[in-house]
Amino acid sequence: MSYFKARKIIGDTIFILPAFLLFFTFSLYPFFKVFELSATDWDGISRSVQWVGLANFKDLLTENPTFWLSMRNAFYITFLALTAQNLAALFLAWLCDRDIKGGNVYRVIFYLPPVLSGIVVGLIWNWIYDGNYGLLNHFLSFIGLGDLSRAWLSNRKTALTAVAVIHMWKGFGWGFVILLAGLQSIPRELYEAARVDGANGWVVFKNITAPLMIPVFILVSILTILGTMQIFDIIIATTGGGPGYHTEVPITRIVSTMIASSQFGYACAMGVLFGLILLALSMIQIQVSKRVRQV
Amino acid sequence: MKDIFVSPGSEVNYEIAKKTTASFFIHALLILVSLTCLFPLWWAFASSLKTQQTVFTDLSFFPKHPHWENYAAAWTQADFGLYFLNSLIYTTAVVAGVLFIASLGAYAFSRLRFPGKNILFLVIISTMMIPIPGSFIALYVLLNKLHLINTRLGYILPQINGQLALGIFLLKTFFDDLPKELEDSARMDGCGRFRIYWNIALPLARPAIAVLAIFTILAVWNEYLLAMLVLGDKSLMPLQRGLMVFQGAHVTQYPLLMAGIVITVLPVLAVYLALQKYIIKGITTAAVQG
Repeated sequence: MSYFKARKIIGDTIFILPAFLLFFTFSLYPFFKVFELSATDWDGISRSVQWVGLANFKDLLTENPTFWLSMRNAFYITFLALTAQNLAALFLAWLCDRDIKGGNVYRVIFYLPPVLSGIVVGLIWNWIYDGNYGLLNHFLSFIGLGDLSRAWLSNRKTALTAVAVIHMWKGFGWGFVILLAGLQSIPRELYEAARVDGANGWVVFKNITAPLMIPVFILVSILTILGTMQIFDIIIATTGGGPGYHTEVPITRIVSTMIASSQFGYACAMGVLFGLILLALSMIQIQVSKRVRQV
Repeated sequence: MKDIFVSPGSEVNYEIAKKTTASFFIHALLILVSLTCLFPLWWAFASSLKTQQTVFTDLSFFPKHPHWENYAAAWTQADFGLYFLNSLIYTTAVVAGVLFIASLGAYAFSRLRFPGKNILFLVIISTMMIPIPGSFIALYVLLNKLHLINTRLGYILPQINGQLALGIFLLKTFFDDLPKELEDSARMDGCGRFRIYWNIALPLARPAIAVLAIFTILAVWNEYLLAMLVLGDKSLMPLQRGLMVFQGAHVTQYPLLMAGIVITVLPVLAVYLALQKYIIKGITTAAVQG
């Protein structure tokens, strides 16, 4: 290699060097470190680190019902987000996918909750749900349903659903924007042709809109699953996981295992297992969608 | 148009009536949903102007005697001024870092040659797809080793890294679509690669840079988990962390908490409203391409 060529390659490499250093230090290293720590009993402070092999995972799978309860809670919220939230988003997007006045104003307003932080949203909703002064209870007694009033976030029966509602309120506008963009990318001629053939609204949706929207549906579903399963800020700002363990989710469990009980190794094992579950979920989602597309 | 109205009850007239009714119900529904989006925010604002005594009893949408002095109290006594300044520092630092480092990297991936280029690009991009929910534990351990816990740098560097994958992806796609002729002629004139990047490629990439900047601003301004892990000193905390600290210590001081929320939300609101077309464009291109 000539001197000039070597100099050129070195000069080119300098461009990528800062990104590479940051990425190596703060992404790659922690990624592999999590796997390494997950096989230890490290408490985060002491110098002695015992290699325990897969013992953390065994304990997690067999003797940690709280972790699986947190997983179930996250699944419950995710199920609601996938169905209620995304269907609402799709319906609203479908309503806006036509010549209506102020379409952009609605879009700006619907996307407002998604740009707020989970902390802000949680703190505001705390008050809506409050047992004594909450707006929801005020509203219920106003319409004559005062009997239903309760402290929504500290009631065992309602806490998880109440949190899910906050999450869906914050998230539907995001799905709306993506789904609307997908709908608007469908050529109008297709609709006109179908209408000339005398197809009604539902037939048009089923035979034209839905098949063309499958890639967008897949994207929205996967991002909804990944985002909702890892819910954290809203929980911290509202229930903190309570009452009891009724609104615990995997990330709150990982954080408290790490900070409150100083079980760094065990917390890493939880992170690894949870990550694998998320990966499996998105894989399943992609496979199912492929099948649907072939049929 | 006039002939449409000639015979009442005609086919055309019926169609118009049907359309008008449909559009009425559509707007009614959309306005209702809009109100549920806006109302909680408005309520937080209205409550921030009430007093501790009236806040639970005065259910007006705007208090008769607004207590604007709550904001002064929130800013100084409740330390939201301090948190605000911290948030501003973190956001500025991370945005500057991300824009510079990601654009350098994206330019290298798009235009330059260096060993391991394709593999490195794949690895960086794949971190956007693969969730690693436990990696913050290892990140905490690492920051501890580097003595970066409870420092500004320890909160800034990981967040710059956190936006790199998105930034490099966005900007590389943009650079790839740019015509190379301008840069070629600059090279003929004897410009070095850094000057070509800085003077020619970067200014052309302004739309993509705007999208990246907005997403970074929102991500950093709204970040909570890392702040909770890394920052213990009140003097270093950003707004989101400050809100939780305030709520933990003064759970009953609702007007001040709500003033803190308004202080936290206002900058986001301003950025969002000013640049919403870039945000919508950013999400939708990602969606349609993905």
